[in-house]
Amino acid sequence: MISMIQFSDVLAWIHQLLSSCMAPWLVFIIELVVASVAAVVALLVCVIIMVYMERKVAGHMQLRHGPNRVGWHGVCQLFADIIKLLLKECFTPTRADKLLFVVAPVLSLCVSLLALAPISWGPGLVLWNTNIGVLFVTAISSMGVIGILMAGWSSNNKYALMGAMRSGAQIVSYELSAGLSIVAIVALAGTLNTGGIIESQANGWWILKGHLPAFFAFIIYIIASTAECNRAPFDLAEAESELTAGYHTEYSGMQFGIFYLNEYINMGVVSMVASTLFLGGWQPFYLPFDFAWAHTFNDIMALKFMETWPAWISWVSLAWPLVWFFGKLFLIIFFMMWFRWTFPRLRIDQLLKLEWKYLLPLSIVNLVIIALLVVLGLHF
Amino acid sequence: MENPIVTPSELKTEEFVVNIGPQHPATHGVLRVEATLDGEIIKDVLPHLGYIHRGIEKMTESLGYKQSIFLTSRMDYLSAHINNHLCALAIEKAAQIEVPARAKAIRIIMDELQRLTSHELWWGSCAMDIGAVTPFFLAFRDRERILELFEQNTGNRLTMSYIIPGGVMNDIRPDFVPKLKELIKSIKDYRKEYDQLITGNFIFQHRTQGIGILSKEQAISLGCTGPTARASGLSCDIRKLYPYDGYEKLDFKEVIDYGCDNWARYVVRMEEMNQSIHIIEQLLDNMPTGEYRTKLKGVLKLPAGEYYQRVESARGELGVYIVSDGGAKPYRMKFRTPCYSNLGAVKPISVGMKIADLMANMATIDLVIPDMDR
Amino acid sequence: MIKEELKHYLEQTFPNSKVDETFDFPVLFITKEELIPVMKQLRDAPETKFNFLFCETAVDRNPELEMVYHLSSTYYHHDMMVKVVLEDRENPVIESVYSLWEAADLYEDEIYDMFGIRFTNHPNLRRIFLTEEWVGYPLRKDYQDDKIISL
Repeated sequence: MISMIQFSDVLAWIHQLLSSCMAPWLVFIIELVVASVAAVVALLVCVIIMVYMERKVAGHMQLRHGPNRVGWHGVCQLFADIIKLLLKECFTPTRADKLLFVVAPVLSLCVSLLALAPISWGPGLVLWNTNIGVLFVTAISSMGVIGILMAGWSSNNKYALMGAMRSGAQIVSYELSAGLSIVAIVALAGTLNTGGIIESQANGWWILKGHLPAFFAFIIYIIASTAECNRAPFDLAEAESELTAGYHTEYSGMQFGIFYLNEYINMGVVSMVASTLFLGGWQPFYLPFDFAWAHTFNDIMALKFMETWPAWISWVSLAWPLVWFFGKLFLIIFFMMWFRWTFPRLRIDQLLKLEWKYLLPLSIVNLVIIALLVVLGLHF
Repeated sequence: MENPIVTPSELKTEEFVVNIGPQHPATHGVLRVEATLDGEIIKDVLPHLGYIHRGIEKMTESLGYKQSIFLTSRMDYLSAHINNHLCALAIEKAAQIEVPARAKAIRIIMDELQRLTSHELWWGSCAMDIGAVTPFFLAFRDRERILELFEQNTGNRLTMSYIIPGGVMNDIRPDFVPKLKELIKSIKDYRKEYDQLITGNFIFQHRTQGIGILSKEQAISLGCTGPTARASGLSCDIRKLYPYDGYEKLDFKEVIDYGCDNWARYVVRMEEMNQSIHIIEQLLDNMPTGEYRTKLKGVLKLPAGEYYQRVESARGELGVYIVSDGGAKPYRMKFRTPCYSNLGAVKPISVGMKIADLMANMATIDLVIPDMDR
Repeated sequence: MIKEELKHYLEQTFPNSKVDETFDFPVLFITKEELIPVMKQLRDAPETKFNFLFCETAVDRNPELEMVYHLSSTYYHHDMMVKVVLEDRENPVIESVYSLWEAADLYEDEIYDMFGIRFTNHPNLRRIFLTEEWVGYPLRKDYQDDKIISL
């Protein structure tokens, strides 16, 4: 791996700088605020790219160009939309439960952002380096359904209520197989810490060295997490042709904007977890084989040739893990968009049948096989 | 403390009524369906019409026969040529007007092109009701090319009013036949994309197979016609049973499926598109030459009596019942529209199904609201 | 059966009723009391098997109203019309044929809406196109509305 300049060195240097002129508690608060804001801003930039990407991907799949009027190739379209949403009235229906109605979008947003805390963005670049990282993400992400249920119930609209109830059934179900496929990788890696899981993949991503079961776990996780994000073909909570807009039928203005944003944040978090667990997070591609050309390939991937270069150039290598991390992130997101613009929607009973009859038994069997692999020491 | 025991009777859920429409993505117009639901399950369906009722039957009573043609384009706007054709045929039959062979061939080509556009649009919107958005754009791409051809030859894209008593409004352009041949070649290629994207899709098949079962007896009792009834095994193609304008000379199959479900209706329509292409190809190779219409007198009067004429529209049997008192205006003109009868099938095939199936059922029956409301 | 055969058959089978013909179909005139038995016979008799009610409408023959039933057979593909003349213009009532054909549900809703003919034994008779408060029946010849603009 890159042994020149680490993110932890940079962070330690900033910490020293602050500590030299401030009280420790103040340093702690400043670091906390700056780090959180940085993470949220990074995610929002991702979301902006994702929204633009979704429009372009959808457009090109549907024989259209997508947005191409506002700015160069329509890159400013989203900003125009945000301004529009901000200027629109946030309308509350008369008979709605006012408090819940206002709180619901904010709650879902908070929950989605919380799941960001233990994500490891680069070597040493993690907001909350905790030993329960993956568990925390799993626990938090299933709480998002509370916001949706609140929105559906408080809207006093039958479409919204049905959408919320569908969403509840769906997220509770798919949480199981998503969780079990996460457990499979945790069993292989032997840690819940996101950074630890990524470092355990320095000699090959789990999807490659975890044999076939890890590959199955990846597929199950992608399906289940698409369902958890309420994305098509599992977008029953919104189900445009059945429930008009599902749980956010009555929302307008920025309240609707928050739900829209939330969908993309969820997609981002889910893809980050998927890339952390299965695709080696910020680790570059590594061939787990013992051939000469494989070694050369791995050395090039790990930027070994830069070690002899002057130190000031090796700063560039700091960006290398981030390139890998975001590359994987957007690859998975592209797959989710591909699903959305290709498949028809499932029916509610088919959706639940897929989970309880196929995905859940498959992931349990998969987990047992992985446990056997770990016990017998058959994995790399 | 006592443990509260919940008996099954206490767990009973309450039914509630949802008004689907008049503004709803799945009704494709202004239809209101009052659905009684028990959770996700449909208990009752009651359609409410009249949001786009224009009183076309009343208006014809104060217009001449030739003028009524222009109103019929507005009934089923997706098969306007066929509506015009119906009216023209009825008037020609009553007034005993001979139609030149060239006009007959043009009429059939236009009818079949119209059927293609209608079925293509149906394919896109059916897939959209089932949840896939992309097919809608593919369908519009293909439909657009046919509409361009209509525009070049008839002057209009949607409400053509091109087929008139005595023939057609004006002759086709000299480049019509080569352009159409080119178009048909590309439509055949596009059809493969349709199958790759939707027909072979696992989710789509599971969403349609075994859903919305309409038995043959029910179809007969409900007066269903067109692809809806043919998917239940009822032979009801007017082009075969009561041929008009030379359909009897053409080689095509009446597409019948015995599946009775949404999938069968889908398959029937897809195959009908192939048959339409086949019909057009036969006519293109030997287009008759000569006049394109018979000149008529200024004011057309039909002999007193009652006339009934029917044609096969894209959705089923389209009929007109004209009562004439010998004057220049019809005494009564009743349009028997296919969607109005087929609408009756929505309730029997949807009760007991999930709410998502109601959308799929309405999509495969292919309801066009102005056709029902008139 | 072709039109002439069918007309002959109807004259034989219903000697008390008037049989006529239009341009396309033979017409059988019956009274409203014998509607259901005659229709049932036409539907079930092995010679005719008129099992398909493809159009049901009314014509205002001022002053009387005329119910028109278009019947077809999916076995023999022959068609006929059955007409019932309703003398009472103020309060026209006729038995619904819903018990024989479910299609009558919607057809008769439309006739009730446009001509004001009431149907007994109809499952759900309502004004399907117009509002419940609408005054008058638009397809009647004596319908008056200030908003009508004559062309």
